[in-house]
Amino acid sequence: MKSLSAQLLPSKQVEILDIWIKLQLKNEGLRSDLMSNDALKRESEELLKTILEAIRNDDTTDIKGEAYDKVVEVLAGISLSRASNGFSPRETAYFVFSLKEALITVLEKNIAEPKELYPEIVKVNKLLDDFGLITFETFIKGREEVILRQTSEITEISTPVIQVWSGILALPIIGTLDSARTQVVMENLLLKIVETESTIAILDISGVPAVDSLVAQHLIKTVAATRLMGAECIISGIRPEIAQTIVHLGIDLSNINTKASLAHALRTAFSLLKLEVRKVGEYSKNTHA
Amino acid sequence: MITINSETINIKTEQDAVFLRNRVSEYANKIKMGLVNQTKLLTAASELVRNMLRYAGGGKVLCEVISQSVLQTGIRLTFIDNGPGIPNIADAMKDGFSTGKSLGIGLPGAKRLVNEFQIKSQEGEGTSVTILKWKNG
Repeated sequence: MKSLSAQLLPSKQVEILDIWIKLQLKNEGLRSDLMSNDALKRESEELLKTILEAIRNDDTTDIKGEAYDKVVEVLAGISLSRASNGFSPRETAYFVFSLKEALITVLEKNIAEPKELYPEIVKVNKLLDDFGLITFETFIKGREEVILRQTSEITEISTPVIQVWSGILALPIIGTLDSARTQVVMENLLLKIVETESTIAILDISGVPAVDSLVAQHLIKTVAATRLMGAECIISGIRPEIAQTIVHLGIDLSNINTKASLAHALRTAFSLLKLEVRKVGEYSKNTHA
Repeated sequence: MITINSETINIKTEQDAVFLRNRVSEYANKIKMGLVNQTKLLTAASELVRNMLRYAGGGKVLCEVISQSVLQTGIRLTFIDNGPGIPNIADAMKDGFSTGKSLGIGLPGAKRLVNEFQIKSQEGEGTSVTILKWKNG
């Protein structure tokens, strides 16, 4: 024989939904800015319908059962969309836990005998707690996806190659150079060298917090690849403390053109291209000679 | 020698290495370590963390702020992993020696950057490296 809640609850869908929505609207954490009341009602109705169907078909409280597959799916979908829309974990959890309150209220109203009521409440409790856990898990997963997406976005945008003069490229590197990053940097740089027919590339490492042997190795490789393309590479932005550290560490950068500042590197680049910068009306020493 | 502050940081991914670096730099700032010494310590830590991630797949780092006298304070970092260990430490401490494809200056370089350096390793059990950098040293 079916348990009382399995018989009772599906027939009370409208009443449960009504109580549930009221509870959600009453809650202080309601985010009407993130979600309209209509959308909330639609979401609640969909979830409630699938839950009640599952309860009707499967009387156990084992949510791994086949009947609950659909519920888990709907719940995960709601939780994921909430995570990416910026809901807090508390607001998302309340969505599920307020349903528990609604279900228990309905059970209380319809089952007068405490002895019969108790096991039903325990059952509903267990079921909704499991739903809560699923919500939580998928919520975190959703958030992690957001973070991963942002990480890859940052890698993309943080390596711009700038053409500072015709024939001169500059590449400011900010943050740590790891293997994946170096790959992106090198690829962008080499492509841009071909595209702009540049002969000089300036790698500025002012924004790199520490130059250890791996970073140095990556820099050496980038310089070697640039040279193979027929361009000269200048590394600028070597701060005094970085210079001392590189010496102590025993990294040999002597066959790489290095400069302290980007301005200095640019001046070197100009002289390599036989260009000079002077004020209007001022004659250069060379023309005097 | 007394320990003023200690904290353990777990290292599993490259992002943890960034976190460790920031944390060590915070401690170094707190004891007013100079920029050059700070950079040396951070670079040494960075080398050792990379080794840990590369050869042992991670581990943990014990960060300690220690004090020897009123004037002399410093930071001690202990890198502990349960990786394959180093079969021959003398070789590993040589410049240019590498079992991977790196420059082979990580360990000897890190030793040159700090004041005290200790390495212990048991093949098949793991490696532990302790480095210490004094505020003025």
